Amino acid sequence: MVPTNYYLILSAILFGLGVLAFVFKRNIITIFMAIELMLNAVNLAFVAFSQALGKTDGEVFVLFVIVVAAAEAAVGLGIIILTARNRRSLNVERVDLLKL
Amino acid sequence: MPRPILENLWIIPLLPLLGSAINGLLGSKWSKTLVNTVALGSTGLSFACALEAVREFLAGGSQVFRKEFFDWLVAGNFRAGFDLQLDELTVVMLLVVTGVGFLIHIYSTGYMAHEEGYYRFFSYLNLFMFFMLILVLAANYALLFVGWEGVGLCSYLLIGFYFLRKSATDAGNKAFIVNRIGDFGFMLGMFLLFRTFHSLDFSTVFAAASKPDVAIEPLGSFGTITIACLLLFVGAAGKSAQLPLYVWLPDAMEGPTPVSALIHAATMVTAGVYMVARSHVLFTHAPTAMYVVAIVGCATAFFAATIGLVQSDIKKVLAYSTVSQLGYMFLACGVGAFGAGIFHLMTHAFFKALLFLSAGSVIHAVGGNQDMWEMGGLSKKIKITYRCMLCGTIAIAGFPPFAAFFSKDSILFAAYKYETNGKALYAVGLLAAILTSFYMFRLIWLTFRGEPRYDEHKVHVHESPFNMTVPLMILAVLSLVGGWVAAPALWGGKDYFAEFLSPVFGTGEAAGGAEAAASLEHILSGVAVVAAALGLAVAMWMYNKKVSRGTSEGLHKLLYNKYYVDELYFGAVVNPLIWLSTNLLWKVIDAGTIDGAVNGVAKGAAVIGDGLRHTQSGNTRSYAVWVIVGAIVVFAIIFWPIIHPAFSGGLR
Repeated sequence: MVPTNYYLILSAILFGLGVLAFVFKRNIITIFMAIELMLNAVNLAFVAFSQALGKTDGEVFVLFVIVVAAAEAAVGLGIIILTARNRRSLNVERVDLLKL
Repeated sequence: MPRPILENLWIIPLLPLLGSAINGLLGSKWSKTLVNTVALGSTGLSFACALEAVREFLAGGSQVFRKEFFDWLVAGNFRAGFDLQLDELTVVMLLVVTGVGFLIHIYSTGYMAHEEGYYRFFSYLNLFMFFMLILVLAANYALLFVGWEGVGLCSYLLIGFYFLRKSATDAGNKAFIVNRIGDFGFMLGMFLLFRTFHSLDFSTVFAAASKPDVAIEPLGSFGTITIACLLLFVGAAGKSAQLPLYVWLPDAMEGPTPVSALIHAATMVTAGVYMVARSHVLFTHAPTAMYVVAIVGCATAFFAATIGLVQSDIKKVLAYSTVSQLGYMFLACGVGAFGAGIFHLMTHAFFKALLFLSAGSVIHAVGGNQDMWEMGGLSKKIKITYRCMLCGTIAIAGFPPFAAFFSKDSILFAAYKYETNGKALYAVGLLAAILTSFYMFRLIWLTFRGEPRYDEHKVHVHESPFNMTVPLMILAVLSLVGGWVAAPALWGGKDYFAEFLSPVFGTGEAAGGAEAAASLEHILSGVAVVAAALGLAVAMWMYNKKVSRGTSEGLHKLLYNKYYVDELYFGAVVNPLIWLSTNLLWKVIDAGTIDGAVNGVAKGAAVIGDGLRHTQSGNTRSYAVWVIVGAIVVFAIIFWPIIHPAFSGGLR
């Protein structure tokens, strides 16, 4: 049996990678994937706790997160397509209409 | 016995209020006849109701009538209701106000016939009647104060009636502001009375004050009642134009002449006298306050009379004369002869209204000029006005058998008998009587006698119409017979007027007509008549010849410029106030502090916003960083209490 700590450490590493990619990448699709990575890191932590505590609450939450992620993917990809059409680019630094 | 009007006393003030509302709201589109009907109808009906109420009052055995109609202010144990009261003092005031008021309304239909704002004038005039009736019928100080302020408002509105003229609006403001000073004293007096007696009802206060255990505060001491009385007198001095607050009344002559007659001679300015007389129970407990009232009244009577000697404006002479006569009334109240004061109030209402209305008729006749040096010889052209004005003049000068002979005489007699410096008060009063006689006959000579000094080709002198002369004639008759009720006292009979008022003021002064004093009173009456004759003789000697305006020097100049009191007030009060307002209140406090604070807040917001807007870079990834930073901060806040003990306890 793999100790819970290992799952948590893996989850933290994945989350940290997601954050770094979220901040430093320029491609919108990459950023979007980073968000997905963070969400799934959290999912991993949820199921790990659920396993460790012998309760199903964590798994229920994971299902919720997956549903939200699916909805977010639908909206997010729609935005990405529009951005790409309007600007002929996937670089977030080109999305700067609000800039002074 | 049914008493329909007395039980519904509110109807007397309500009628003029209705008239005012109807004329004020609808009158602008109406013909003058319709406006007249409403204005005269409401005042006339009110007069009729007042007569009926008085009849019912007398038929009911002169029981003091007091009725609470509804609660107006109730707070804790304080109650000020719409309570009306009718006793002998009210009867006199009620009949004077409605009667003289009605006559002046009639006169105004003639005098104002060619003026703009006809309906507005009558609306204000009726509103004045309403407030004045509230004032005299009120059964507590709070309601009296409502009337008191209301008549002040109407006075302001009517003085500034010709509001396109700067001097008129200035005079209105002056009247209002000077009255505010007096009102402030009045309010403080009311507060003190409520604190002392826990009520403002006349009946409660006076009953509490006249209990035997309430000591009379001796002369020279300043107890609670004395201070309350002095504060009330400050209010009275403002309203009734006594030293040092008299300055507004001469300027108030900017208003139309019927207003001067009704408000600034016959009724409103006597409200102070009425209030002091109404509070006589308090004043008799405060001899110090009485003495102050007597001295101020006496000084005003003399002071104003001296100014009246040299004025050239016919209405200004009468204005100073009014101030002077009001001084007599206060002198009477101050020496304890409240009945005599009210008596003079009544006769003064007759003859001074007559004089003002006659002056109005003269001004009307010569086409609006008020300068007596540009009149002269008018007696042949406007005979009715001349005769009526002569009646008023003889009356005010104090010749028997005209009204003021009796009233002024009883005041001087009471002053003579007064124990503290009574002789001095009498002497000054007598001197003022000589001056009164002089300036009034000077007015007659300059206006009506001698050669015309106006351009007879330009000024078409004409007698006034009937609706102006008839009220004059009625008032002339009243000025003649108005004093006769007190006449029998001269030959040992009763002073019916004093006797009528004795339920209110007590019988103390009615006994003044006793045998021993009768011979003294005869002597003093004789002296008063000689004084009046002296004034007449000097006026005749000086003005019964060809006269011209002449130059003004020395004492004449001092008097002509009214002792420079206005200039003194400007220098001592008005200009420092303007300086303070401009340099401190306006420039430092308003523009500097208040505006500065408001503008500073706006400017600060702009500066902060200008700085903060740089955080809105428009760069998507910087927003992402902020999201992460925010998440970390929230995480830290939530989890720090959990993690902290683990760190502080060391790693176990």
